[in-house]
Order: sequence, then C-alpha cells, then structure tokens
Amino acid sequence: MKYLEEFQDPRLARRLLDEIHAVTTRPWALMEVCGGQTHSIIRHGIDQLLPEQVELIHGPGCPVCVTPLETIDKALEIASRPGVIFCSFGDMLRVPGSDRDLFQVRSHGGDVRVVYSPLDALRIAQQNPEREVVFFGIGFETTAPPNAMTVYQAEKLGVKNFSMLVSHVRVPPAIEALMTSPDCRVQAFLAAGHVCSVMGTEEYPELAERFRVPIVVTGFEPLDILEGVRRAVIQLERGDHRVENAYERAVRPEGNPAARRMLADVFEVTDRPWRGIGTIPASGWRLSERYRPYDAEHRFEVGDIATQEPAACRSGEVLQGLLKPHECEAFGTTCTPRTPLGATMVSSEGACAAYYLYRRLGGPVAAAAPTAMEASPVG
Amino acid sequence: MADILTTDADRESPDFSKFSCPTPLRNAERVVMGHGGGGMLSAELVRDVFAPAFGGAHLAQLGDSAVLDLGGARIAFSTDTFVVRPLFFPGGSIGDLAVNGTVNDLAMSGATPAYLACGFVLEEGVGLDTVTRVAEALGAAARRAGVEVVTGDTKVVESGHGDGVYLNTSGLGLVAPGVDIRPQRARPGDVVIVSGDLGVHGVAVMSVREGLEFGVEIVSDCAPLGGLVQALLAAVPDVHVLRDPTRGGLAAALNEIAVAADVGVSVDERAVPVPPEVANACAVLGLDPWYVANEGKLVAFVPREQAEAALAALRAHSLGARAAIIGECTDQHPGMVVARTGLGGTRVVDLPLGEQLPRIC
Amino acid sequence: MCLAVPGKVLEIEDREGTRMAVVDFGGVVKEVCLEYLPDLQVGEYTIVHVGFALQRLDEESARQTLALFEGLGLLEEEFGDQWAIAAKAAGAEQPTDDAPGGDAHGGPQRDEEARA
Repeated sequence: MKYLEEFQDPRLARRLLDEIHAVTTRPWALMEVCGGQTHSIIRHGIDQLLPEQVELIHGPGCPVCVTPLETIDKALEIASRPGVIFCSFGDMLRVPGSDRDLFQVRSHGGDVRVVYSPLDALRIAQQNPEREVVFFGIGFETTAPPNAMTVYQAEKLGVKNFSMLVSHVRVPPAIEALMTSPDCRVQAFLAAGHVCSVMGTEEYPELAERFRVPIVVTGFEPLDILEGVRRAVIQLERGDHRVENAYERAVRPEGNPAARRMLADVFEVTDRPWRGIGTIPASGWRLSERYRPYDAEHRFEVGDIATQEPAACRSGEVLQGLLKPHECEAFGTTCTPRTPLGATMVSSEGACAAYYLYRRLGGPVAAAAPTAMEASPVG
Repeated sequence: MADILTTDADRESPDFSKFSCPTPLRNAERVVMGHGGGGMLSAELVRDVFAPAFGGAHLAQLGDSAVLDLGGARIAFSTDTFVVRPLFFPGGSIGDLAVNGTVNDLAMSGATPAYLACGFVLEEGVGLDTVTRVAEALGAAARRAGVEVVTGDTKVVESGHGDGVYLNTSGLGLVAPGVDIRPQRARPGDVVIVSGDLGVHGVAVMSVREGLEFGVEIVSDCAPLGGLVQALLAAVPDVHVLRDPTRGGLAAALNEIAVAADVGVSVDERAVPVPPEVANACAVLGLDPWYVANEGKLVAFVPREQAEAALAALRAHSLGARAAIIGECTDQHPGMVVARTGLGGTRVVDLPLGEQLPRIC
Repeated sequence: MCLAVPGKVLEIEDREGTRMAVVDFGGVVKEVCLEYLPDLQVGEYTIVHVGFALQRLDEESARQTLALFEGLGLLEEEFGDQWAIAAKAAGAEQPTDDAPGGDAHGGPQRDEEARA
C-alpha cells in the first residue's frame, strides 16, 4: 500500500536507529500514548532495537482497554434484550464485563454483529425497522467523528430505531492526569498521530510547557515511530520541551475543522471513568442534549447500572511505568490473555498482553530466533 | 457509582497506581464462535471434552487425519464439516471446500485420497437450485481431486436452524509403505516450507461477507493438494510434517506443530509469501495475514539437506509455483513460534484465541 | 487506538445527500464517507478510519520525510564518524543482553544491510 510500505523500509529504519543510538547519552523514559503505536512496536520488534537507555512505556491509548467496566456491563445488558441488534467493532466482543462478554451474549441468543463502520450499523437499522439497532460507540478522538456523523445522519434520515451507547475518551486530559501523578516517570510523549489528524496539535503546547515534557506527534509505521523517538530523545538530550509534528503527512496544526465542528455539535465534554483508573475530569464525550434521544443509555434505561471494579491487578502502576508487567504477582499465572485480570491484558495491544507474548520466551529469544535465520536463504 | 469515581475531587484525583480490573472470564458455559475458530478455544474443546470422552490411542495423534493399519493396508481416515458463509464466493463454493478440505487432510498424512462420504444438512426452504449448484460443484471438485463420492446422507432442519446448506465429508486414502508424516516428527534443523501465497482464501471469502464487503481482484486458492504432495514425496520421501494451514492460518499450523513435537519454530517474516492484496486487505481490517485461512496451501517440514530438493519439487508443480522456505525448526523456545521481523527484531507468533475479527485499534 | 490507512480516491458520488468515495488501498477497494473532507478530489490520498476519510494525506510531505530519512547519517558514513560506528556496534549488541554469547543476533549481517 502506497504511503504505508515506504514507512516500513528496513534500510531507512537502520539509519534512524543509528541516529537514535548516536544521540542517546542518558536513560530516558518515553511513553507512546496510542495502542496502535504499541502494536506496531511489538509487531516489528522495535523496542529490542532501540538503545538500552531508551525505555518505551506503553500508554493508556487503547480504547478497548480503557472503556469502563460499567459501560461494558451496560452494553451486555442492552445486547441481551429481545429484539435488539447490537453492533460493535470487532475489538469489543472479547472485552469482559463483570461476568460475561459479548461473545457469550451471542451464545445465549443475543443478536450481536460485528461491523467495519458505524454507518454499517445505521444501514442495518434502516433495513430492520421493526428492530432496535444499537451501536457501541467507543474510541478516542479518531473514532468519535465517524460515530458523531452516524448519529447526525440517523437524525437527518429520521432513523428512529437507531441509538448509540457512547463512551468516548479524550487524550489530552489523560496526559495531564498521568503527569500530575506524583510517581510518574514519563519524560516525553509520542502523541497519537491519528487523534491529531482530527484534533490538530493546539491542545499540546500548554501541556508541554506546564509539565516541561517534549510531545512529538507520531505516526504508526516503524519509520514514523523511530522518527518520533529520535525527535523526543534529541529534545530530552538538549533539555527542550516543545511540541513537534513528526507525522506531517497526516496531521495539520488545526486538525480536521469539519470533524471538530461535528464533534462540538453532537457531543459534549464530560467526566469519564477509565477502566481501572477512575474518573479523569473532562476526559470523555457524551451525546449533547440535542442528540440525547439517540442515547442508548437513556433509551434502554441502563443508567443505573453501576459496577464496582474489583481491585485485582496493578495495571495502573504498569501504565505509569512504575512496574513492568511481569513484575505483577498475577502476571502469567492468574492473569493471561485468555483469562485477563486487567484491561492491559485484555487487548492484544495492552502492555501486559504484549509483555506476555515476550516473557513466555524466558529471555533468550532475541538470540535464538536470528540464529535460526542463518539457514534462511532470504536473511 | 463506585468509590474510585471521585468526580468531585480536584484534578489530581485519577489514581493510576490503583488501576484495578474486573475478575476474569474463566469458563464459557456455552459454545462461542471461537470454539470453531481453529485456535486456542478449539484446542481446549478437543483436549477437555472430546479426547477424554472418546479415549483411544489413535486419537492422540491429533493430526489432520488418522493413519490406521487395516488388514495390512495403511489407511488415512479423516472427516471435516463445512459451514461457510456465503455458500458461493470468488473462486469456489462450499462444495469445493467440502472435497478439498477432506482430501487435503488426507494428503497431509502423505496419503493418496481415494473415497469420500458426504452428508448434507439442508435448511427447510433453501432453493433446490442452490442445492443442485452445491452438489455439482462438489462432484466436479471430486473429479478434479481424483476421488469418488461413494456414499452419502441428507437431513433437513427447520427453517431458521441452519444457514441453507451445511456439509460434512469423510475420506479414505492409502498411505504408501515407509511414509511417516505427522506433526510429532518435526525436529530441530528441519526447514519449513510453504507451498505458495498465504491468506488468499480467507480474504476472498471475507470480501463478500456481509458487513465487510470490499472489492479485491483475488479468488480463493481452494484446490486439492494430493498431486502436489505426491510430487513432493517423489523427490523427498522423508518429509517429516505436512499441514494445510486452514482455520487459524499459518500461525495456528506452526503452533500446533511446535507443541506436538515440542520444538521451536523460527520464521523469517520477509520470506513468507503474502500477496499485496492480502496484506492490504488485512491492513484495512486490522487482521494479521498469518492468521487468515488458506484452502490450497501446505506447510512442509523437511530435513535441511533435502530442503532445496523439496522446494524444487514443489515449484515444479502448478500448485506450488510460489513455494518458499520461510524458516526452520530449532531446539530453542520449544512449543513456540518466533518470527524475525523485517527490521531485525523478534516477536512471538501466538496461537489465535478464537475467530479473527476486524479491529479498530 | 485508531487503525487508519492511506488510500487513493477513485470516484466520488453523492448518496442520499452524503458525500461518498470509492477508495483504493493497494488493490483493495472500499466505500468511504467523505463528509469530513468536502474538497478532497479524485486522485488524492486520504487517511481512512472505520470507513471515514479523516485527513488528506500530504504526498509532498511524505516525500520530504522519506528524503530526510535518506539523508540521516550519510555524513557520518562518508567521513567514518567514530561516534556513529560505535553506536552501530552498541545497536548490534543491545538486544542480546539477556543472552550470553554476544553475536547471536546477527549484528554484522544487519550492518551490511544498512550499507547496502
């Protein structure tokens, strides 16, 4: 795919790596905010190729991970109602609620469907006027505009049997909350590129200044991530704390004005609980007053479902970089991707799930695998 | 609201150090789709439910087919059930799959497939023209594969209790003397070969699946592999393992072999043939091509000194023209599959949990 | 979060008052909503997330970024900068920290690749 493959080029990656090695003189802790970046880092083995002094802390930017347990329980309740078609992105089906997940709702006869786009859910509503069709509207600022547009279209087209269970989250308040945590070790942020494609970069200079951290807007392909790391390290080494855009091909300072206008119309800012973290003030969006009729939470009267999240795992410390996933007592024993205790183990992008895959190797894999490759004619 | 939700507190209120989580889902009390996905849930179902209930020494092989001594002959025996949606897809249909799936399971024991039995489960109300098309596709596929359908059965379920047509086929094949091909025979030093481009069938089917539709100029690779296997065996009689990477794709096939033989498998990511359309469809949907199903490909583990001969034999056959050496078997990390990435890093290639779903993040 | 991929706009049409496009992702063609990029034209590239074009992909910027990467470290290589060479060596050793036996990661081979 054009503009994707070019940014995976191993030769240029080596150049960037050499450069990062060359400029790094001290230990630095960087957080990549977005789960998509974590995924790419693990998928390409980038963390193993960076200088030892450069530590990547996996951030909370996985919407699947941080969607509050309470919201999942509401989704499960709505999806279980007779006559409901419950539509969701594929990621959410495996996320456990208090006692089950959407797969299990389906196994009990619930009509749970995976869609690629929220517009597909709206189409299903149009095709099934006698059924209530609910879309599970989760995600960060990237996913919020598509969901907002879908609600807008539902109203415009008069699709009355469509509603959305909305649990959107916003990145900047989470960065702020992280940085105000007294034990936070993060010294620089790789900001989430596609969030900035929508929102632009205007929210970040204040954060960079207030907490004196470099913030580098970063893309998702290997070269993008390496460039983000390179620029962050250069700033750290110089003692700078500026906002830089290392993903210029997809991010403008003003973001996408049309999308931002729609967000301001359809949603309103609200306090939002993050799974396992607690409420972060002003960190979420809910439907605005005008679109409240499309709020599934009201339509299905599940607002009084309040779930206590049992204290079992220590992913909060993991998210702050205070604890490596494998240092948790539950890691790999009671807590595995198959039986996740915590949000960070639920998603394949979660920090613990990513670690689980590596730590099962018992250490020497970095040496073992390439040895095997010597036999490969392609190596 | 729970007590951690301290909305009235100041801006320092979120407590990252007490990031707490829900209790895990340990046991599904009912079957979920993932139990049929060819991943971890499928394996657990066989291990925890079927194997203990059935007993029997031959089942322990857990290969694609069982190889049995019967009156002096070595017979490969296999069965497979087909629930594909839609019934017809670019490059094939459920009828083609029903033949090739079972024939290929037999071929993965090194057998020459000979006879098939076929069971139809029809849904009340399905068009007879549809049944006819499926039957004709099945018959044509059997002739192409060189097997004969010798017996069958039909059942009808009430409307709403099936997806039009479900098929089951069972097959018999003959294994030549001296041929011993099973997952347990993988050993360190073996070279891992795939017979061609991966992910083609899965992407072709997904492209017409409701809710995912996309345009792509590829068709299913669904094909019978008996001839390809015999060509390989003629050049390299001592093939250790064969596997057709169907559900769960390459990742599941390699993991199953690594566990069965208690060896490690190392793969060079850059050597694995994935057509651009497959890679791009997977990029759009957030899937990994190594987990996508194939229907006309095989994975072979062969002794290192015969790897080039095996590769040449596969490439000389029309179904193996794009065969490639992708890695090797090692005594490191037994039971695990590890990939060397294009950048020179490493990652674990895990067994998929259940079905593959498009993701947004 | 936010899996989004670049695609090229092939066709644009109005459907029920909504601006939609057919977008090509390297041989994979999907329908995409263009409401958020009302002035996007056929032939341009866009970043697509869950069926929505969210931002125009700036091709010139993409080329400049790649050119910047091409230029990185060239001076050091030409003049045999000892710093870069030392860093390269460190890079080859770093991932094998847990494993005694040093060179198993194939460092020299990678260096050749880097220069190729």
